[in-house]
Amino acid sequence: MATARVSGVSIAAERAEVGVFATEYRLTGLNLLVAFIALAIGGLFGVLQALQYNGIDLYKPIAPVLRGGYYQGLALHGVLNVLVFTTFFIIGWLTFVTSRSLGIPLASRALGWTTFGVMTAGLLIAALPLLLNNATVLFTFYPPLKADPLFYIGLTLVVVGTWLLLINQVMMLRQWRAANPAARIPLPAFMAIVTMTMWVICTFGVAAEMLFLLIPWSLGLVPGTDPVLARTLFWFTGHPIVYFWLLPVYISWYNFVPQQAGGRLFSDPMARVSFILFLILSTPIGMHHQYTDPGISEIWKLVHAIFTFGVFFPSLLTFFNVVASLENGGRARGGKGWLVWVFSLPWREPSFTAQVLAMILFAFGGAGGLINASYNINLVVHNTSWVAGHFHLTVGTAVTLSFMGITYWLVPHLTGRRLWSPMMALVQAWTWFVGMGIFSHWMHMLGLLSMPRRTAIGAMREIQPEWEALLPMVAVGAIIMFVSAILYYLNMVLTITAGKRDAVPMVPFARAVSGPEDSPRVLDNFKPWLVIAFTLIVINYAPTLIRLVSEMQFIPGIRSW
Amino acid sequence: MNRKYLGYLFEIAWILPSVAVPIAFLVAIVITAFAVGIAVPGNVGRVDPKALNTTPPFDKPGLRELAPGRYEAVVTAQLFNFTPGELEIPAGSKVTFIVTSRDVIHGYKIENTPVNMMVIPGQISRMTTTFDTPGEYYVYCHEYCGGGHHLMVGKVIVTPAKTASANR
Ligand code: HEM
Ligand SMILES: [Cu+2]
Ligand SMILES: [Cu+2]
Repeated sequence: MATARVSGVSIAAERAEVGVFATEYRLTGLNLLVAFIALAIGGLFGVLQALQYNGIDLYKPIAPVLRGGYYQGLALHGVLNVLVFTTFFIIGWLTFVTSRSLGIPLASRALGWTTFGVMTAGLLIAALPLLLNNATVLFTFYPPLKADPLFYIGLTLVVVGTWLLLINQVMMLRQWRAANPAARIPLPAFMAIVTMTMWVICTFGVAAEMLFLLIPWSLGLVPGTDPVLARTLFWFTGHPIVYFWLLPVYISWYNFVPQQAGGRLFSDPMARVSFILFLILSTPIGMHHQYTDPGISEIWKLVHAIFTFGVFFPSLLTFFNVVASLENGGRARGGKGWLVWVFSLPWREPSFTAQVLAMILFAFGGAGGLINASYNINLVVHNTSWVAGHFHLTVGTAVTLSFMGITYWLVPHLTGRRLWSPMMALVQAWTWFVGMGIFSHWMHMLGLLSMPRRTAIGAMREIQPEWEALLPMVAVGAIIMFVSAILYYLNMVLTITAGKRDAVPMVPFARAVSGPEDSPRVLDNFKPWLVIAFTLIVINYAPTLIRLVSEMQFIPGIRSW
Repeated sequence: MNRKYLGYLFEIAWILPSVAVPIAFLVAIVITAFAVGIAVPGNVGRVDPKALNTTPPFDKPGLRELAPGRYEAVVTAQLFNFTPGELEIPAGSKVTFIVTSRDVIHGYKIENTPVNMMVIPGQISRMTTTFDTPGEYYVYCHEYCGGGHHLMVGKVIVTPAKTASANR
C-alpha cells in the first residue's frame, strides 16, 4: 500500500523527498498564492455587500477605482471567489496530491508550467474588463448581458489550462502502473484523477457556450445569441463545478483528516465507490438550476431532479465514512461512549479543527441543498437570499474553510517554515464558523421573506420592515468573518516571511481500517464508468439541447450597467 | 475479522436509510407536482422580443377575465420595470401569469405565492396561482438585469372579493 510508504519516513528522508518534488511544490505554492490573493480581493466585497444591505454604502469612496458600484463589486466577489480562488487552489492541491500519492513527479514539468501559465494569462485577460467595469455580468455571465470579449476569452483560457493537468495525471498513472502492475491505485491519486476527469467532462458545456455562442457574439461576428441555450450549457458545467470544488475537499477529509484525528480512514472501498458515483452522477443533473426557466420541459426537469437525489447518496456515504473515521481517531486517542469520543479529538490542532468545523456547517448546507433540489419546493427559495445563505455554507465554508485548514499544514510544509501562530489559526477557524453561521442563518431567513438575491437592497425604493429587522445580523456575521479573514492573512504572511525555518513534514496519508483489497478491482478501471457517465449525459441532455439548437433565436446583446 | 463484520453492519445500517430518504422525498415531490398541481414553468413557446407590440397577447399587457374568478395576467418585463407595474385582482381568483422580456433576463417572483419564474427574452413564462388573502404582494425581479435592477419591483393588489361566494 502506498500509504504505508510515506508514514514513518524520517525528517532527512522527507527532505530528500521534497527535493525530488521541488517543481511540483513550486507549482502548488504559486497556484495557492494566486488563489488566496483572489480570495482576499473577492472576499472584501462580501463585507461591502453586507454593509450596503444596512445602508452603509462604501462604494462611493472607492468609486474613483471601481466605477460600477455594488454590481461591479458583486461580479468581482463571485468571479474571484468561486471561479478563480477555487480553481487555482484545486489545480495546485491536486498537483501536490497526485505526485505525492503516486510517489512520482509530474510526467511533464513543461506541461505543468504551461498549465499554470495558460490559467494565469487567462485570469489577467479576464481581470482587465472586470476591473474596468466592462464585464459587470456577474459570475454566471447570462446573455444577453454582453461583456467585453476579453472577459469570455480569459475565462475560457483558465478552463482550458485546467484540462492540461488531467493530461499530466494520465501520463503519471501510466508510468505508475508500468512500475506497479499488480497494485491498486493509491486512494488519494485515484480521487484526484476522478476529480479532474469529472471536471474535464463537465466543462464541455461551458466551453461550447463560450466558443460557439458568447465569444463570436461578443466579437460582433453574429447578431445575437440564444439565452436559454446559453443557460443550459452554462449549468451543464455550473452544477458539476460544485463537485469540482467539493471533491478536493473530500480528498483532504478522507486522506488527511483521519490521520490528523489520530486514527484511520474507515473504508477505502466505500470512498472509491462514492467517487465513482460522483463521476457518473455529477453532470446529468444540471437542469435543477433551471426549474424556474421557461423553454425547458417539466419532464426533463423532473428527470434531473430524480438524478439529483441520486447524487445525494454518495454524499451521504462520504458523511458516514468521514464521521466513522473521526470516531476511529477519537477512540484511538482514548475516547469513549456514543459521542463523548468527540472531546478526545485534537481540537488544539488548527488544521483539523478548521476542517471539522467546515464539515459541521456543511451538514446544514447539505440539508438546505435537499430543499433547493426539491423541484417545486425550489419555487419558495429560488433566487432569494436563501440561496446565497446556502452556498456560503457549502462553497463559502465547507470548501473555503477546509482549504484554509489545509494551508495550515501545507504552507509550512511547502515553504519549510513553521506556522507563525497555531493559536491565531484556531481563533480564525472558530470565528469563521461562528460568523458564517450567523450570516448564513439570517440570509436563509431573509430568503424565506422573499428578499431577492443579487440585489443592492440598501438602494431599493422601499425595504420591507420584516427584512430591516433581520438585516443587521447579516452585517454582524460579515464583520466576524472579516476579522477571521484578517487573522488568516496575517498568520499566513507572517508564516511565509517570518516563520521559524524547519523541515515541516507533510501530514502522512491516512491508512484505512478496510483497505482497497476489500473492493473490486473494476473500480480502478475508468472505462466502464466513463461509458456510463457519457450515456447518462446523452440521455439527460441530448433531447433538450438538440431542440434548443434547432429553435435557436438571435437575441441582441445589451450593456445595461 | 469480527471488527470488520461490525463495520459492514454499520455500513448497511447507514446505506439503507441513505437510499430510503431520497426516495421518500421524490415520492412527495411527484405527488405535490402532479396530483396537488404545484407545477414549475415548462416549455410554453417562443416569441420575438422585438415584435412584442404586435404579438398577442403581449401587444395588450394587463389583466383579462376569462371566466368568473378566472384571470389571465399578461406582463412584459424590461429594464427596469414591469408592464403593467400594478395588477388588481379580486380575492379568490385563479390567475395565470404570462410573462416575457423585451431585453435581458429578468425574474418574476410574487411574494407569499409559489409564483417564481425566470423571464427570458424570446421565451414565454407561464404559471398559475390562486390568491385567497387580500393585501399587497410585491413582485420582485430577482435576477440581476443591470444597474437599476434593485428598482425593478412591481405589485399585485388583491382586493376583497366582491362576490366571493359566487366564485366558489
Ligand atoms: C467575508 C466573507 C463573506 C461575506 C460577508 C459575503 C457576503 C455575501 C453577500 C451579502 C452576498 C449576496 C450578494 C447579493 O446577492 O446581492 C454574497 C454573494 C456571493 N458570495 Fe459571498 N461573502 C463572503 C465570502 C464568500 C466566500 C468565501 C465565497 C466563496 C468562496 C463567496 C461566494 C459568493 C458567491 C458565489 C456569491 C453570489 C454572487 C452572485 O450572485 O453573482 N462569498 N456574498
Ligand atoms: Cu446544482
Ligand atoms: Cu432585475
